[in-house]
Amino acid sequence: MNPRRKQRLAIVCSIILGAGGIIGLVLYALSQNIDLFYMPHEVVHGKDDNKVKPFIGQRIKVGGMVKVGSVKRNNDDLKVSFVIFDKTEEITVTYEGLLPDLFRDGQAIVANGNLVSPRVVKASEVLAKHDEQYTSPEIAEAMKKQYLSDSTEKPAYNY
Amino acid sequence: MWKWLHPYAKPERSYQLASTLLPWFTISSIIVLIIGVVWALAFAPVDIYQKDYYRIIYIHVPAATLSMSVYMAMASATFIGMVWQLKLSDAAAAAMAPIGATLTTIALVTGAIWGAPSWGTSWVWDARLTSYLILLFIYLGIIALQNAFEDKVLASRAAGILTIVGAVNIPIIKYSVEWWNTLHQGATISKFEQPSMGDDMLYPLLINLFGFALMIAALSIVRFRNEVLARDSMRPWVKELVAKECK
Repeated sequence: MNPRRKQRLAIVCSIILGAGGIIGLVLYALSQNIDLFYMPHEVVHGKDDNKVKPFIGQRIKVGGMVKVGSVKRNNDDLKVSFVIFDKTEEITVTYEGLLPDLFRDGQAIVANGNLVSPRVVKASEVLAKHDEQYTSPEIAEAMKKQYLSDSTEKPAYNY
Repeated sequence: MWKWLHPYAKPERSYQLASTLLPWFTISSIIVLIIGVVWALAFAPVDIYQKDYYRIIYIHVPAATLSMSVYMAMASATFIGMVWQLKLSDAAAAAMAPIGATLTTIALVTGAIWGAPSWGTSWVWDARLTSYLILLFIYLGIIALQNAFEDKVLASRAAGILTIVGAVNIPIIKYSVEWWNTLHQGATISKFEQPSMGDDMLYPLLINLFGFALMIAALSIVRFRNEVLARDSMRPWVKELVAKECK
């Protein structure tokens, strides 16, 4: 390579490295704010590094799995309450309105609302966070059979 | 080692090569896309939770994946154009930018349509969606810079710097779903892991991905030829070509 090309190569590479470094540092500094939601254990114990807990009345988004059998609906209005959980903690969510199509037991959801007490969120919006799994009816049927024959193994919920 | 490549630095040789390749890419992309789309929309099984509307994945994923591939191709062309000062790679980068911008728009729109019933919202400011929206803005910025200068060399240099800097966004988009909590789900197809869908759903998706790639190649070739002709419009070989066509 001749010297002029070498010089241009150095300039272009330093642009890439410089831009990458700057953006990397910015994202690292902001990484706590980029998360879309708190997980239940983060609401209760605080987010990983500096243990900042959300305060009562703070507007937060909380995400987790809907606990099987925890959904309670009112018969005469649209009020609904359910429990979402992660590996260690549980949070109760109350909501009034239409739930998304994919809402069901075991579904990962994100609730957007206010923290009314340390473990209760009054949601103004509930979003379903569908995962990357797509299952055809035949495969679902086959999996169900396998699950029934091997009853010691519980279906794994993963984020 | 690279001696065989040198003749293609001449615009007329590259133009000829592009013209030879164009019909092959066009025909194969039409065939592959027809097979893929018919299989995906009519024969692939439904998803047990999302029923039929998950089928928008067959447009959404190819458009989103390949919009990033087009960006990387464009960034590579820009890199070569900057270091070796090849005018043809500037033309290639200029040819690919609007195609990438269109794919990005398609992915954003299909994503919003898909999000409305499944998530319960068509837009949320999570890391994946936001970084992907920035990709669209970068594309639009590159196109604007390419057209902001009369002098093509100057225009390519200005747009090239934005292209190189914007390439940092691509890994951020790709890994956003792993680094942060997002509403957007993780990748369904990955190179190193078992795909999270059955074969009868996966094959049409892979065919569509391949069909989209062929279509993008064909469109890029058409635009590349136009770029080369426009940039060399005063050169004798273009005048000869025009004279031959007009006869």
